[in-house]
Amino acid sequence: MSFFAGARRFIVCCAIAYVLLKALFLTGLATQYVEQIVLYALVMIIASLGLNVIYGYTGQFSLGHAAFYGIGAYASALLTHVFAIDSVPLFLPVLLVAGLFTAAVGGLIGLPILKLRDDFLAIATLGFGMLVRTLLDNSDRVADLLGGSRGFIGIPRITSLELVFGVMAVLIPVTRNLIFSRYGLFWQCIKDDELASTAFGIDTGRMKSMAFTYGCFLAGVAGGLYAHLYTFLHPSNFDFLKSVDFLIIVIVGGMGSITGTIIAGLLWVGFIEGLRIVLPSGMLELRWVFIPIFLIILMMLRPYGLIHRTESRLLGIGRK
Amino acid sequence: MRALELTGLTKSFGGVRAVDDLSFHVDEHETVGLIGPNGAGKTTVFNLITGLTRPDAGRVELFGKDVTHMVPFHAVHLGMARTFQNIRLFGGLSVVKNVLVPIIGRDGYGPLAAAFESAASARAEKAALARALEILDFFRLAAKADRPAGSLPYGEQRRLDLARALAARPRLLLIDEPGAGMNPKEIGDLLADISRVREVFGLTILLIEHQMGLVMNLSDRLVVLDFGEKIAEGPPAQVRKDKAVIEAYLGEEFTC
Amino acid sequence: MEFLAYTLQQVVNGLQLGAIYALIALGYTMVYGVLRLINFAHGDIFMFGAFIAYYCIAKWQLPLGLVFVVTMASTAALGVLVEKIAYKPLRAAPNISVLITAVGVSLFLEYFLSLKSIFTPNYIAFPRPFDVEAYDLGPVALTNIQIIVFGVTAVSLLLLYLLVYRTKHGRAMRAVSHNRETASLMGINVDGVISFTFAVGTALAGIGGILYGFAYPQINVFMGIMPGIKSFIAAVLGGIGLVHGAVLGGLVIGVSEVFVSAFLSSTLRDGVIFIILILVLLLRPMGFFGKGRDKV
Repeated sequence: MSFFAGARRFIVCCAIAYVLLKALFLTGLATQYVEQIVLYALVMIIASLGLNVIYGYTGQFSLGHAAFYGIGAYASALLTHVFAIDSVPLFLPVLLVAGLFTAAVGGLIGLPILKLRDDFLAIATLGFGMLVRTLLDNSDRVADLLGGSRGFIGIPRITSLELVFGVMAVLIPVTRNLIFSRYGLFWQCIKDDELASTAFGIDTGRMKSMAFTYGCFLAGVAGGLYAHLYTFLHPSNFDFLKSVDFLIIVIVGGMGSITGTIIAGLLWVGFIEGLRIVLPSGMLELRWVFIPIFLIILMMLRPYGLIHRTESRLLGIGRK
Repeated sequence: MRALELTGLTKSFGGVRAVDDLSFHVDEHETVGLIGPNGAGKTTVFNLITGLTRPDAGRVELFGKDVTHMVPFHAVHLGMARTFQNIRLFGGLSVVKNVLVPIIGRDGYGPLAAAFESAASARAEKAALARALEILDFFRLAAKADRPAGSLPYGEQRRLDLARALAARPRLLLIDEPGAGMNPKEIGDLLADISRVREVFGLTILLIEHQMGLVMNLSDRLVVLDFGEKIAEGPPAQVRKDKAVIEAYLGEEFTC
Repeated sequence: MEFLAYTLQQVVNGLQLGAIYALIALGYTMVYGVLRLINFAHGDIFMFGAFIAYYCIAKWQLPLGLVFVVTMASTAALGVLVEKIAYKPLRAAPNISVLITAVGVSLFLEYFLSLKSIFTPNYIAFPRPFDVEAYDLGPVALTNIQIIVFGVTAVSLLLLYLLVYRTKHGRAMRAVSHNRETASLMGINVDGVISFTFAVGTALAGIGGILYGFAYPQINVFMGIMPGIKSFIAAVLGGIGLVHGAVLGGLVIGVSEVFVSAFLSSTLRDGVIFIILILVLLLRPMGFFGKGRDKV
């Protein structure tokens, strides 16, 4: 049976990783703090994967990805509150709806802006990110629950290791399948040469929109997982710097590599958390002085990132 | 039936008339060579035909259908494919993927089928890959199927460009300066390739080319452009002796 | 009648803000003209100008004329430095790499200058070396600050016009803007022209920084972000790459922002500017003065 056949190996890897981590946490070898960080890293990976589809594969430079992450977060939190949900099985449809809603917003916004060239698309997405941030800051005017600049509190903690791995075991293979299908082929063609793509029958407008919408879907789902992990949302979590975080993970991990995004996501979150432990509190702000320098040097030396267009076959992502 | 009919086609860029009231036709199974000095507007004509550029005036008809305001990506679906003057391969993708693009675009499968690897999508992919390799074989590129297209030597890149256009199963093929930058041996191979392709696939061809030997050999008819206007039309032997044509080329090498 | 007076006053206030946006927008548009690059860090150089001016006035007590000179020289130097270090090495690289580098430069400037050992992460009160006075002109009141802003901006625009259209340097800039390759084939020192363009553009941003400090006397290392984006939107609105476009765009955005603040709500301010951007990109992407040549 070919249905989801390629995903099997990856699902097995997920299961193994899950068992190992669960053992670590249950036996207390790793603290709850570490568990939180690991979950956060996995959530970041899902969101960054979305940006990788949009930018790494299709070449659409978006500086507003955090906005969609935020939309998904707030939407999901609103839904669990309205429907008084606090169990995983009931949460799954919420996650799906939040993801689809975010995708719809992405699709709508994409209509005018995806026609734009690189630099102008960057500004448009940047502007959108700022707009969303402003809306979130004023969200208490729409519903006091949303909290505005006070933040959205009281979100039930539903995100667990099981849930996150479950979501990953589905979404990563789905993403991989799309990438290896003719859609991924078209996306990469568009990135390579949009004009030639058109000349050979690719409906570039539709394909770009599809990539963008799917990327926003992933961001929305990740946002939903995030909201129910930290149980508190504040608009400042979804600002430009968060968009830069996603961008760094995609670039460092390698544009056009799912494996790269996974590795980079783990490394990046690990690095930031590591800094938090190692550096005295005053020095933490220094990271935003060195990160841009690192970014600039990376652009000069390896503009395509560490892992370019290759996937790990061992983990079940690469193709036979 | 006429494969291609241009009527009164006109296009200006800024103040420059790139194409000026151009009319000519290409009959089915004919090979027409579009020639003229540099800057005569030949590639613009291609862009107008394939919808990459919008004409200011005039009509383009493809197999009887009005395609003047066609959306560019429909060209392939309507039976027309082209190569590019500067090749424009998908350099970062593999050779076989370049050829796969026009094939898999047609009889495809939807995104959900793709996401969950349905049996139908797997079958479609397999069939498309088989056909792609067939075409590569025809062009003697099968051995390099998995290499990045950008890593191929120049002559092979041009062949790949042609292969990609053929993969779209066109009835009308627009070839833009296939011989540019080639040495005599490569041109000989190219001549053989295009003749073979034309015969096997029953193609109608509109060809832009500066290498006179190539274009004279392949074309049933020539259309000569200068400053966007048609200055001569007819069989190669006749056009060669046309005074206006010789004048236009004065100062250029009219090599045969 | 009161409503009319109020509206006119908002127009004046809007033009004050707009003049500053125009000065910043000019830098964006000139750099885009010669390099087809959006200098993301431009807003931060504007911020740097405001801080240098602060030091000139508050710490070193320089006379006003010298404040302008020092500030302009500093921002111009920073602009040229950024160009040489971050953008020039990537001239041949794909556009996106340069964009990412620009984002990096912007972040670096913000966070480096926010360190306590350099400038400060806090808000600082910008000292005005004169007292504020308002003059009644019928329905509107004009402050001396506004007069200074309009005056300085007008002089700057005049000098810029003379530079771009009446000097050899200006002609070189326009040539490179038009077609870099041809310009270099004609013997123009393209690298020199690019550096010069950066210098002029960032010098104007420096003036903007001073005027901003006078008009809205609170500065902070992140103050350049929003004005930077809005000024860029202004440049697009007027027609990216066109000097008169930047001026018109700046004034329009400034007046729009003040109007939204005054008549709708100040929180909607930034959102409306973004909507203006979307409308421009949808309806007239080449901008007001653009001729559809530059495909956005």
